Amino acid sequence: MKFTLSWLKEHLATEASVDEIAETLTRIGLEVEEVFNPAAGLAGFVTAKVDECVMHPDSDHLHLLRVNTGKEVLQVVCGAPNVHAGTIGIFAPVGAVIPCYNEKLTVGKIRGVESFGMLCSEKELGIGDDHTGIISLAADTPVGLPAAEVLDIDPVFEISITPNRAECLGVRGVARDLAAAGLGRLKPLEVKKTAGTFKSPINIRVEDKKACPVYTGRYIRGVNNRAETPKWMKDRLAAIGLHSISPLVDITNYINFDLARPLHVFDAGKLKGDLVIRMAEEGEKFVSLEGKEYSLDGQSLGICDDDGVECLGGVMGGIGKGCLPETTDVLLESAYFAPECIARTGRHFQIESDSRYRYERWVDPNSNVLGSDYATALILEICGGEASEIVVCGEENYRSEPVTLRPERVKTLAGLDVSAEEITRILTALGFEVSREENGLRAVSPTWRGDIECEADLVEEVVRMVGLDKIPALSMPADEFPKQTLTPAQRRVVTVRHELANRGMFESVTWSFTDSTLAAYFRKGGQPLPLLNPIAAELDEMRPSLLPNLLLGVKNNVVRGADGVCLFETGPEFYGCRPGEQKEVAAGVRYGSTAKKHWLENGRAYDVFDAKADALAAIAAANGPWDSAQVTTDAPAYYHPGRSGVLRLGKNVLACFGELHPAVLKAFDLKGRVVAFEVYLDNIPLPRATAGKSKKKLALSPFQSVDKDLAFVAAKDVPAASIVAAAKNADKEHIVDVRVFDVFEGGSLPEGKKSVALGLTFQPQEKTFTDAEIDAIMKKVIAEVGKKTDAVLRS
Amino acid sequence: MENLEDLQEQLLQGIAAARDLKALDEARVAALGKKGCITEKMKGLGALPTEEKIAAGKSLNLLKSAVEQAVDARKKELEAEELNRRLATERVDVTLPVRPETQGRIHPVSKIYEEVVAIFGEMGFEVAEGPDIEDQFHNFNALNMPANHPARQMQDTFYMANPDSADFDDSFVVRTHTSPVQIRTMEKKRPPIRIIAPGRTYRSDYDATHTPMFHQAEGLVIDKTTTMAHLKGCLYDFVRAFFEVDNIKVRYRPSYFPFTEPSAEMDIGCKKGKDELKIGEGNDWLEILGCGMVHPRVLAAGGIDPDEYQGFAFGVGLDRLAMLKYGIPDLRTFFESDLRWLKHYGFVPLDESSMTGGLSNNGGLAR
Repeated sequence: MKFTLSWLKEHLATEASVDEIAETLTRIGLEVEEVFNPAAGLAGFVTAKVDECVMHPDSDHLHLLRVNTGKEVLQVVCGAPNVHAGTIGIFAPVGAVIPCYNEKLTVGKIRGVESFGMLCSEKELGIGDDHTGIISLAADTPVGLPAAEVLDIDPVFEISITPNRAECLGVRGVARDLAAAGLGRLKPLEVKKTAGTFKSPINIRVEDKKACPVYTGRYIRGVNNRAETPKWMKDRLAAIGLHSISPLVDITNYINFDLARPLHVFDAGKLKGDLVIRMAEEGEKFVSLEGKEYSLDGQSLGICDDDGVECLGGVMGGIGKGCLPETTDVLLESAYFAPECIARTGRHFQIESDSRYRYERWVDPNSNVLGSDYATALILEICGGEASEIVVCGEENYRSEPVTLRPERVKTLAGLDVSAEEITRILTALGFEVSREENGLRAVSPTWRGDIECEADLVEEVVRMVGLDKIPALSMPADEFPKQTLTPAQRRVVTVRHELANRGMFESVTWSFTDSTLAAYFRKGGQPLPLLNPIAAELDEMRPSLLPNLLLGVKNNVVRGADGVCLFETGPEFYGCRPGEQKEVAAGVRYGSTAKKHWLENGRAYDVFDAKADALAAIAAANGPWDSAQVTTDAPAYYHPGRSGVLRLGKNVLACFGELHPAVLKAFDLKGRVVAFEVYLDNIPLPRATAGKSKKKLALSPFQSVDKDLAFVAAKDVPAASIVAAAKNADKEHIVDVRVFDVFEGGSLPEGKKSVALGLTFQPQEKTFTDAEIDAIMKKVIAEVGKKTDAVLRS
Repeated sequence: MENLEDLQEQLLQGIAAARDLKALDEARVAALGKKGCITEKMKGLGALPTEEKIAAGKSLNLLKSAVEQAVDARKKELEAEELNRRLATERVDVTLPVRPETQGRIHPVSKIYEEVVAIFGEMGFEVAEGPDIEDQFHNFNALNMPANHPARQMQDTFYMANPDSADFDDSFVVRTHTSPVQIRTMEKKRPPIRIIAPGRTYRSDYDATHTPMFHQAEGLVIDKTTTMAHLKGCLYDFVRAFFEVDNIKVRYRPSYFPFTEPSAEMDIGCKKGKDELKIGEGNDWLEILGCGMVHPRVLAAGGIDPDEYQGFAFGVGLDRLAMLKYGIPDLRTFFESDLRWLKHYGFVPLDESSMTGGLSNNGGLAR
């Protein structure tokens, strides 16, 4: 919402400065976005008179001036064609900043002659577009006056209006708020009532009184729409960015921004028959004044004549019956349309207009006759003509429901001490009818306010006017102690992030949406979850996995030349479109090699065991059973079928890991291998809340442990984990560690066999092992491994 | 007997002259070995008469001990010399770089999450969560935003079809703010309530300051006595702790949100320089969050009696906080997974945030 200072002063008697007005606007909730005040940049600029004007000795178009600034007479070189002796203009002394160039003026030397300042054009001062010559003021203008005092400068305010303050979409509403805040006095609104001299030849009938409770029309004949819009109105409209179109359009625009009162003017000569306000028929056509055709439905309110819908009431005028320069007879509409109807129509047909914007927020339901009178007076004044009597359908009898404010609620809700008298004063100044009643103050809001529905609304009005800065700031009182801020499930997400970063991975945050063509690889058999209105084709589906976006991240880094990329993310993956059908996942990808060439050691390519290590570390960081989880080989199909696994507790999948399937990587245009993991944090059991914090007693053996190696030959498809588990279980009391230190196939081994070499640590408990005891344990291991896996000791 | 003093002199010279351990051992054997001169002399003692034997034995023992000590001392010297020679050959160029290690990073959004949680945790808040996909009741209606509400049009909402209903009003939305967590919290928890709900939020908007996904943290306090004065105190304490400055100018402007009444926006003071932004002082203002007293209708929608309970709510953008505190210029870069960006703007793994240990830069320097 924009307005100029002079426009505001039409409604507000005030001596306040531009800065005071701006500060107050923001303080009372009408946030100033910008104040455009050219006067602010004109400090030092003064009126000055050209005492002498001769041609520059070395130029055929430059003049050499003696300029009297009231304090001194200076030599100035000037190129303006309109300068002559006696001209009084605006002088910029050396050191002044010329607004148009934003540069400090220095002593110039133009074709050998020094120049000590300049006379300025409108454009150079930032107050207009004229740059054909310098400003020339009236001959009786005194010299030496500050420029801002003599120039016709009207600062422009731009404020943002929240949806509840529709009355401030008119300058008068802003003025009323400022007056209530103590910044001046609201001038009475003087609108001349025009007595009609004839009866309107067009009858008006409202069929849908719910959508259009009040409709007024006035016939005005003999207008001249080619008349010139007065300069003051044009200037104000131009200042807020509206071009002058024709006096009739300008007048309705002006009143729209002056009183927040939308109006419409039909070319009465084109209307056929009576005007009927009714819901459109299903499929009825309407062509807007922008030339766009709409197929209406039964909830679209039309202003219709015998030809059909001529205006989408309160939303947009039609092309057929609008005013043109040659229009002489008009029908002026000033009506009240229900906000719900306007909002529905505007939203349904996606039509934005100043009128819709106001009606769907709030238009004073009792301002129809007022608006009509205001517009009639201006039309008669500017365009001439003769007005009919006003036709009013419906009654302007809107009255807000009273709301009770207990004065102490200002204190108990807002923390502000305000007396009942002051509350009454504030509400009255804002237009409320306030009376005392048993429970407190009974306030009936003015009809231009549609947002006052409960006590809290009235508290806000008081707080707004007294000032939020007057509320003391009280720190939060102490709460129950101790209290844990994060639940264990929330805390472990943080720990997992730090663990993965600690493992050299970079945390990424990617969109919760992804590209459906890429998502297709990751749906694990689920349905696609498309957005109905995606912002872009590549962000059209809720992600079924974190991996597609991480892979896009890998690709973008590879394109930029990265040769090792390790990214991870924690966040939701979605398996359904209903609230809650999502899982918290920690996922990561590694691409390329561990390091570039190095003098000590060269990097190696990341492989499936890096991904498995990441998954195990993340599970451990989440307090999960990383060491007792089973490993199965049934990872989802987007993993490499032979180089991937699942970490699980029975049916419960804790994580998947592995190399990604080359066919999937191809879809991302990624060459080379990428390993990945996905840890399903929600599936990791939480520690029991009742579990004690005390650690298990540490039993330390005083006897030395013994390390032994055993190599087994097993069938190729026997999982190493089975061999390790069998070895461990052979003598749980004494075998404390089993490691795999060598795996190979081929060589001397028969086809279909592999060798798995184990390193075992035996720990005696009562006394040092004898050789016989060690042998006995080894025999147990060989027997147990043989029994469980058919593996035999390698000879 | 010959002059033992001369012999000692001669032997000690020989030991001192030994240039290496081998020569020293030869000198030792020559004196103390089986056929060494001292050993030979010891053997000769037996032939002497008793009195002479005692005296000569004593002298010989003194000689032997002197030679042994000299050998030991020289041995230590030679060993030290040899060690020094070996160490000299083992010299490496310690200016060479160390083995490659990769230090990962925590994303700024996660870091801000931890900072915000640490501060509000200190004030007795608990972290609450809600789903990213919401029904319209929780995202809009319960927050006093019925279908035709203008504020609802202002949020560019992403919609998802509801498989159980063709009615558009039943379609699901990808939450436009974290405010639905207010409702979800009230539905399952009785007052007193003090929660903070950080999370992902979504709107259909994309430019330098808007991305289709961003992060908010919602705050909600409900009890019988909390007023706007507590709201001001709580938020002031928050911004002062968050920006880690002693003094910070703040200002509140009346504003409008359907779910609070009265409503306000909070600005913080700052100084906008050419390339940097100084938070706290100066004559410029930065809008930082929206807040207000919970609207009675919202309390009622959450099943809480508005005649008995009241409280405040606020919503703050986590990405925006990160941009302001850590000087990150462009919101879009947050979501681009660019390693160079992550390395520069990210935080080292040990950088954990707490009110006891400090919010930022307590994890050491990035490597």
